[in-house]
Amino acid sequence: MSIATRTAREVTASTIATGRSRDKTPGSLLFLGALWFSLFFGVMVLVVLIVSTALEGASRFDSNLITEYGSILRPEETGFRAGILGTLWLMLTTAALAIPLGIAAAIYLEEFADPLTWYNRFIEVNIQNLAAVPSIVYGLLAVAALAVVGFNETGVVIGGAVALALLILPVIIITTRESLRAVPREIRFGSLALGATIWQTTWRQTLPSAVPGIATGTILGLSRAIGEAAPLLIIGIAGSVLFDPDGLVSPVTALPIQIYDLTSRSQEAFQQAASAAIIVLLAMILSLNALAIFIRNKFQKTW
Amino acid sequence: MTHPTTVSTAKADPSVSIGSLADVHGDAERTIPDVPPDPVMEAFGLNVFYGDFHAVHDVNLSFGRNEITALIGPSGCGKSTVLRCLNRMNDLVPGARVEGQVTYHGQNIYAKAVDPIAVRTHVGMVFQKPNPFPKSIHDNIAYGPRVIGMKVESMDQLVEEALRGAALWDEVKDKLKQSAYGLSGGQQQRLCIARTIATKPDVILMDEPCSSLDPIATSRVEDLMVELRDDYTIIIVTHNMQQAARVSDRTAFFTARPDETTGNRTGLLVEYDLTSRIFANPVDKRTEDYISGRFG
Repeated sequence: MSIATRTAREVTASTIATGRSRDKTPGSLLFLGALWFSLFFGVMVLVVLIVSTALEGASRFDSNLITEYGSILRPEETGFRAGILGTLWLMLTTAALAIPLGIAAAIYLEEFADPLTWYNRFIEVNIQNLAAVPSIVYGLLAVAALAVVGFNETGVVIGGAVALALLILPVIIITTRESLRAVPREIRFGSLALGATIWQTTWRQTLPSAVPGIATGTILGLSRAIGEAAPLLIIGIAGSVLFDPDGLVSPVTALPIQIYDLTSRSQEAFQQAASAAIIVLLAMILSLNALAIFIRNKFQKTW
Repeated sequence: MTHPTTVSTAKADPSVSIGSLADVHGDAERTIPDVPPDPVMEAFGLNVFYGDFHAVHDVNLSFGRNEITALIGPSGCGKSTVLRCLNRMNDLVPGARVEGQVTYHGQNIYAKAVDPIAVRTHVGMVFQKPNPFPKSIHDNIAYGPRVIGMKVESMDQLVEEALRGAALWDEVKDKLKQSAYGLSGGQQQRLCIARTIATKPDVILMDEPCSSLDPIATSRVEDLMVELRDDYTIIIVTHNMQQAARVSDRTAFFTARPDETTGNRTGLLVEYDLTSRIFANPVDKRTEDYISGRFG
């Protein structure tokens, strides 16, 4: 081995085999620790809340909780049958209203609208803004909208659903547009170059490819709507409904409203029932989110 | 200038080092007239603007039947823009505006009464990046005939014909129901060509069809172009001068001229001639500089 080679080896050994990694200096470890703490803090608060709520409501995890109507006389047996069914009715009606409208609006904006015209830009900016409007404002909007068309029943399924649909419409439009945009332009051009119309291209290529993203966004929108109480209060939905909803104009209640109603009562049993209902509501939201994640992972396309 | 001359697209002047396809295609000797006697498509005074930006200035071209015409030139010279004007794909670019005429069998395709969708069924297009649909191989081919409402007796037969036409049948005949995404890049590009010929167009536009393919796949696609020339008129944009020299009958050289005031680069046609002349004996200094590698 020549001297030059040997020297090069010795120098190399002393420069790269230093016995320490510069990724593990005290400063970078401290920074890593700060990141971990932030994560831990967020998760911990959530865990503490869920566990303490679950413990408080533990005595009420019985079949009465979901099969009985609310009862003022027997607080330890009060149930949320009307609220759970009402929430399901509201969700289905909201979905039926918001999903077609939201997807259609997004398709127009993404596939047909000329982005250079001032009115399309105006709509675009405002949809972003609408997503940030407080939910109670949507309640007022729904009341106004229903009054304009001469509908004056308060506290019914369709009223609540209109409020919730208005609330999640911007979310659905934005997520649908994002999933349409994620479909490569090459796919559209390929279809159009074969002589397909824009409509055929959208219907047969773009939309099917975007379905997983649209489904995910829509479900996440619904899971936001399911926990809303403010717009439902404005529309006149009460906590004390003692029958199953049986139609679009049937008076209805919802889980968040019932929880709100019970937490304002002084008896211990009502507090426990409210805690148990919170866990039921969380379970519904989490299963919707799980469904969204499942759909995304199962059907997601990679281009 | 219509007297026929014998043209060798393959054996160009040896002083210009370009590839030769003569060993691949024994029939590369072609006799074609100086100017296309019966052009399928022509451009007259074609100007293209994107908003205020003047992208292409005053292009006049004619594309001969059953010939391969190559559009070459440096990046930003407007050759892809010209290509997209030929089947009105530029309509899809927001703010794009076309002036002048593009005729297909004498009909101006930018006339008011013309349906761009109908134009695209006659003038098909293959893109730079293979873009099969996220469907099975069979459905990729069947899509075009279905959307344009072609009367098809047997779709399976049409699919087979198209795949045979694109020299892909033997490779995929046992997996027609499988996703097109399982194919290699070169196979995907030939699938896109098959998809285009399934709608029985007259002209096929190719926008740098081999730029994302490896050399073997490229040579397959080039072979295919030469085969397709018998039935179709092919117009190809390419960055690869050897490719233009190997496959094309005529070559149009474009360059970009910066605007004195704004600095925007406007594309213009410098020279259009038989490929053999463009590569062996160009008239314009700019063409010579480009093909000899001194520029671009």
